[in-house]
Amino acid sequence: MNAYELIFWLLTVMAISCALGVILSRNPVSSVLFLIATFFAVSGHYILMNAQFLAIVNIIVYAGAIMVLFLFVIMLMNLNADTEPQKNRLVQLAGVVSGGILFLVILAALKSSTNNMLEQTSTDIGLIKNLGKTLFTKFVLPFEIASVLFLSAMIGAVVLGKKGEEGPQTPKGA
Amino acid sequence: MPIQYYIFLSLALFSIGIMGTLMRRNAIIIFMCIELMLNAVNLLLVAFSKMYNDASAQIFVFFSMVVAAAEVAVGLAIIVMMYRKVHSVDINILNRLKH
Repeated sequence: MNAYELIFWLLTVMAISCALGVILSRNPVSSVLFLIATFFAVSGHYILMNAQFLAIVNIIVYAGAIMVLFLFVIMLMNLNADTEPQKNRLVQLAGVVSGGILFLVILAALKSSTNNMLEQTSTDIGLIKNLGKTLFTKFVLPFEIASVLFLSAMIGAVVLGKKGEEGPQTPKGA
Repeated sequence: MPIQYYIFLSLALFSIGIMGTLMRRNAIIIFMCIELMLNAVNLLLVAFSKMYNDASAQIFVFFSMVVAAAEVAVGLAIIVMMYRKVHSVDINILNRLKH
């Protein structure tokens, strides 16, 4: 087992155990922290596959921005383990069984597929320079549309989150 | 590394996300499990991008991150708005769209 495989298994164990921590921990704040750890493990996998741009973007956008937003909302609502609502055991068991069945079915379907190796020779498509060239030549229109999407999402979040009068406002004369 | 390992890893993460979505009652935790599923799919896309030596999949992951960020901003705003009305994030209470 060389160093590459050792890091792979370490990151895999970290990702799966932290993902289990997300759904099993009672306290929502520790769920957020487990999810951040999962994202760091996934970023480690990106670096292992030489997708360095996506690794950095994953850390900045997910672990940096999105999870801080979650943390703010959870702390704003003052949620903790005591107020955490719990489903009854039967519904939880049904959830675990249906998730597990999905896992087993896809696992069985893909177990005997062709064995393509991911070669360890580094490809440089994931570097910022090459990805930027692709993004600004082949995919420049989706990139611009994504900025419009961001603007509309920002306006939507501000409009929804604004503390206004109760109920929808009806235009005058309607 | 065989590509199967990455398939099974992201399949495990995706299944854990589905289990969390079905098990929990806190709307924010369910939202976080959806993020976990998105990340599992992103990981698999990057693995296939390395397998086929094609940058398009990595661009696709970039766009899905953009969409996820927009989705989280709007979704959390909706959850905060509903919390102001009913003072709970329990989805058994939020199951009626109109009060």
